[in-house]
Amino acid sequence: MLKVLVAAKRVVDYAAKIRLLPDNSGVDLSTVKMSMNPFCEIAVEEAVKLKEAGKVSEITVMTAGPKQATDVLRTALAMGADKAIHVQVDERTDIHLLPLSVARILRALVLRDKFNLVLLGKQSIDGDNNQTGQILAGLLGWPQATFLNQVTIDNDKIRAVREIDGGLQTLEFAPPAVLTCDLRLNTPRFTAIPAIMKAKKKPIEVLTPESFGINITPDYNTANVEAPAKRKSGVMVENVDQLISKLKNEAKVL
Amino acid sequence: MFKYGILRRISSGFLSEDQVHLKELINKFAQQHIAPMASEIDKNDLCDYKSLWPKLGDLGFLGITVPSEYGGSSLGYLDHILCTEEISRASGSIGLSYIAHSNLCINQIVLHANHAQKSKYLPSLCTGEKIGALAMSEHNSGSDVTSMSTKAVKVDGGYLLTGTKMWITNGPYADIFVVYAKTDPKHGKKGITAFIIEKNFPGVKVGKKIDKIGMRGSGTSEIIFEKVFVPEENIMGEINQGVYILMKGLNFERLILAAGPVGLMQYALDIAVPYVTERKQFGTRICDFQLIQGKLADMYTRLSASRNYLYMMGSLADQGKITNRDCASVVMFASEAATHVGLDAIQCLGGNGYTNDYPVGRILRDAKLYEIGGGTTEIRKTIIAKDLIKGHTH
Repeated sequence: MLKVLVAAKRVVDYAAKIRLLPDNSGVDLSTVKMSMNPFCEIAVEEAVKLKEAGKVSEITVMTAGPKQATDVLRTALAMGADKAIHVQVDERTDIHLLPLSVARILRALVLRDKFNLVLLGKQSIDGDNNQTGQILAGLLGWPQATFLNQVTIDNDKIRAVREIDGGLQTLEFAPPAVLTCDLRLNTPRFTAIPAIMKAKKKPIEVLTPESFGINITPDYNTANVEAPAKRKSGVMVENVDQLISKLKNEAKVL
Repeated sequence: MFKYGILRRISSGFLSEDQVHLKELINKFAQQHIAPMASEIDKNDLCDYKSLWPKLGDLGFLGITVPSEYGGSSLGYLDHILCTEEISRASGSIGLSYIAHSNLCINQIVLHANHAQKSKYLPSLCTGEKIGALAMSEHNSGSDVTSMSTKAVKVDGGYLLTGTKMWITNGPYADIFVVYAKTDPKHGKKGITAFIIEKNFPGVKVGKKIDKIGMRGSGTSEIIFEKVFVPEENIMGEINQGVYILMKGLNFERLILAAGPVGLMQYALDIAVPYVTERKQFGTRICDFQLIQGKLADMYTRLSASRNYLYMMGSLADQGKITNRDCASVVMFASEAATHVGLDAIQCLGGNGYTNDYPVGRILRDAKLYEIGGGTTEIRKTIIAKDLIKGHTH
């Protein structure tokens, strides 16, 4: 049976209205609601479903983030994870904690606790990098299946259906492996009150990147964050010549 | 339709982290599974509680104040208030039915039933497999509820109940009723006994369904008892002591009821604030006009005063310190505030607010109920005054 590590990130709630900091260094997080990244929620849900199907023996959920990120761990524990690891990072995880650092931390946990399946969301909705799973698979030398639409495990073989541009691609491989989850994989369950109570008793191990000798200093900095330009209303053109003229001279795309 | 989300800052300084999370959880569930049906159930005056209740039950929302040994969530009144507020915010009608099931019926059983009765009835009420209701009022016994005439006549092994109850929330589809009847009519209110009655006891009939102006979708009806045999073991509390159960229950009922109007007021703001920031007249957003700003300020202040007053009373109730005047006062305050806020919301939306395409009309129609049910404003005032006088007179 498989021993699973799921990673869950604390991000700005997908429905929250965001504002930028006055110096354009990033999003103003001081008053905005934070939640578990929706794709991470899907990853946690899939891990729990696999455990309910008897394919997974134990689920460990981890997060890299500030003290408040324990909320995300408690939610995952209430959904059905067995234990949690909190890698405390005080820097802003939307700007200063890069996918490579996260992948290195995950790799360290995998080597320490001998997980043989890692489930991640395909990307976080703050960075939208879509890199952590892929980098991790590379660092570990493991097979990867990303953008999962469906996953089944039978007789120690993983059958993963990926959403790709051309449609759906099915891969088959043996664990250990890294999987990243896409929107249509499942619908995450609501946490029931009794489960939330039980989750309070489940253990959370607190570590830091330094515990593994990992330096999370980013190798690039975010120079500027701007709001997208306000959408201007469209313009009606009289004929094709006018259209071509505008595309060439105004939009400068021809 | 305007997209409104979770207002980030829950305007109360003393909710615990757990309570904040509970409120966010119920909000998420209610917005996804309850809010989408609010308009339709109001239009048709019909809601499928049989399929909705188990969803709430699975998550532990139905038995908030029930000990876990009976299948409940072992939480307190303030927690119940938070759940009620968010459900009411999503749908006033479902909020009312939720209150009737989870507090009027369930909480009375928690407070006054014996272990055998709790073990028999609470688990399925908590899972949502069974729906609960409370039956005290009658056609001729509303404010004067203790003048009720439903009779319970002693027979071998139990009682035979005859009479008609009126204004019963969840009446059309409830499975389990907490019922008050006169076991000793000669002694007026000192002759009332509380019973637990199952819908399938022979002689229990659902009477007329009431066509209400608001809270449509929360079924309200007569319940008719035609010589219903109720066994001894279904008597709740002591014979002829029912009035104390009834009155004590009304305190907690009013407390939880008050969360209904708070949720409605929040919903009114959810609609009105985005609307006035988008609607333009005279070349500017109408929220730039001070008269509209004044309305928003009034709406917010009424909501915030009601909410914080209510949360504090919920906290006192959890500490065992609540009084009759507290409960009557908070529901009176919140219910009157909600009617005002409902009217203001309609006004903010102008002509649009006067149509059924926008929910603000429904908010007003739903809100008005709370000035009447669970003791009218007039009764609440006499309760508050008498409580003050009693405390003063030795």
